[in-house]
Amino acid sequence: MIDGRTPHDRPLLRVENLKVYFQSNVTRARAVDGISFDVREKETVCIVGESGCGKTVSALSILGLIPTPPGEIVDGQILFFGQDLIKLDEKAMQNIRGNHIAMVFQEPLTSLNPVFTIGDQVTEAVRTHRHMEKEPLYRYCVQLLNDVGIPSPEQRINDYPHQLSGGQRQRVMIAMALACDPDLIIADEPTTALDVTVQAQILALLRSIQKKRSMSVLYISHDLGVVSTIANRVYVMYAGIIVEQGNTNQIFRSARHPYTQGLLASLPSLSKRGKRLYSIPGSVPNLSYKPKGCPFHPRCRYKILSCQKEYPGMCDYGEGHLARCPVLFKSKGYEGSSEIHENTMRCTSGNSHTK
Amino acid sequence: MESENNNVILRTEGLKKYFPIRRGFLQKVTGWVKAVDGVSFNIEQGKTLGLVGESGCGKTTVARLILKLLESDSGKIIFQRIDISRFSEKQMKPYRKEIQIIFQDPFGSLNPRMTIGQSIEEGIRILGNKYATNRKQRLETLLSMVGMSPDSADRYPHEFSGGQRQRIGIARALSVEPSLIVCDEPVSALDVSIQAQIINLLKDLQDHLGLSYLFISHDLNVVGYLCDFISVMYKGHIMELASSEDIFHHPHHPYTRSLLSAIPDPDLDKKWHVKYSNDYIGELDAVSKGCKYQDRCSMAETTCRKDEMAFENVGDNHFVRCWKVAKNI
Repeated sequence: MIDGRTPHDRPLLRVENLKVYFQSNVTRARAVDGISFDVREKETVCIVGESGCGKTVSALSILGLIPTPPGEIVDGQILFFGQDLIKLDEKAMQNIRGNHIAMVFQEPLTSLNPVFTIGDQVTEAVRTHRHMEKEPLYRYCVQLLNDVGIPSPEQRINDYPHQLSGGQRQRVMIAMALACDPDLIIADEPTTALDVTVQAQILALLRSIQKKRSMSVLYISHDLGVVSTIANRVYVMYAGIIVEQGNTNQIFRSARHPYTQGLLASLPSLSKRGKRLYSIPGSVPNLSYKPKGCPFHPRCRYKILSCQKEYPGMCDYGEGHLARCPVLFKSKGYEGSSEIHENTMRCTSGNSHTK
Repeated sequence: MESENNNVILRTEGLKKYFPIRRGFLQKVTGWVKAVDGVSFNIEQGKTLGLVGESGCGKTTVARLILKLLESDSGKIIFQRIDISRFSEKQMKPYRKEIQIIFQDPFGSLNPRMTIGQSIEEGIRILGNKYATNRKQRLETLLSMVGMSPDSADRYPHEFSGGQRQRIGIARALSVEPSLIVCDEPVSALDVSIQAQIINLLKDLQDHLGLSYLFISHDLNVVGYLCDFISVMYKGHIMELASSEDIFHHPHHPYTRSLLSAIPDPDLDKKWHVKYSNDYIGELDAVSKGCKYQDRCSMAETTCRKDEMAFENVGDNHFVRCWKVAKNI
């Protein structure tokens, strides 16, 4: 499955040093604090992190949906086909939304209008950007609903959102996102509210659609299990920054950041029965009062004195695998979890092998 | 199930709860939602029974029936060898403190206008004379048991994070010294790193206090880690009941198999693929005859649509509600 993924190398979307702050009367929450990532063509990129780490805010800022005030994009660039989306005016942005970049939200019932049929809502999504006659439009919508696996779409098209099950509502949302054949779909926890069996179907659907239409998907999730099954590349976020990035293999087989390692170790499963689960002590910091230096240091088991002072740089482990932890990078004897293959650890300059 | 076992703290026998569907101006009863339709299981002293299933399968209704927050229509709830299913409110009183519950959303279950010290003290006071003289001390013990500092007693629920609130919820359940705790999705709303803390806490408390748990969850990974036995529920029926190892390594019922295949596993060596594609779940009472799983089952035959399925022992305390599976073993 993982080997079957063949993404292109051309970046479709490149986010550079994005900073989004939320200002209140007294404090300033640094929700996104200088993140850089890119999504290449035909690729599924996952941003994973716990609640409040800034993953949704990053997604919303790509589409220019940050409520301003209190939110503000303070710095950075969002380059889509080389064009900076932050500098675009509202009208140009509307041409991008839905047409080139579409979004699927977590809770389909709140994003669907309860007083219109799903047919109305899907046609609206098409008509916003395309001019179509009534008859072909109807046929196109039925086709869309059929593509996302809604049974007997000719009848369902006249249903209201409340008449559908959770999984089917999410399928309708995906149909609306697909309406204008976008280049990129941003999916913000689209399966969190669903049962496991339905979640599996929605993930399979997203994967097959992506393959068929050769789109890129930016998938936002807190669920490492989901991420491991669909991602080509993964960015791990913590307290507004990216702490580790790499392909799925690198992240799940040889995580290099203490936070990623901790997250993976703390997942319960049958095979860990009888053993005590590793748990990361403490809790996620308040974004307005982030600790100095490395934001993870109060919870980190590898911390040294300099972690409290210096903001950690990204360390390159080769082949696109980066982790923001110089301590682990420099340390020779790696006392992390046993899955870590020490011989694959390489320094940026490539001249020294750490054992 | 073996009828007499001294270690069994709670046993249910054929527990049923139907909710009426009322329609029209006169609110006539037009049908029944069979939320819990003949559920039987044992919970052994000091052990954990997991109850898994999709939303709407009746998990939470089972919890409420056991706690007697809902009156069951029929069936027995035998707690410490006494049938409490038909007890009056007054008769129930000494048993209320024996069975406690931890909710999914701890914020919703804590009074926002009481400090957490006051909330927990309410429970201690119910024990009467036992801690009459050293109530403050008991409060501090409880807080430290769940990993909170004693000075948090003077703070209000909104001052705490989700994980801490869940700890407070647990302290509150412990304040009356129960022997059985029903955990209704206690970690579902928590982040991964916090989830592990709460799971460890529940495990430690069980080891120290000899608690028994009924652990309700939709997350099979959590249930597999924490529970000794797992029962898989579907539309008010228990479809399969066995030890955790058996459920994961030798699942028999087609529903259990499809549930297991749907778990996205972060272990990259395991292949993940979905086994079935029918996501339509009809109304709870849509299937009137035969197996409740017939609509989604890939193995369904005419017999499945006619006959009631028996809950059969297929060896080693492994129970399955599927005649086809039972026949082939």
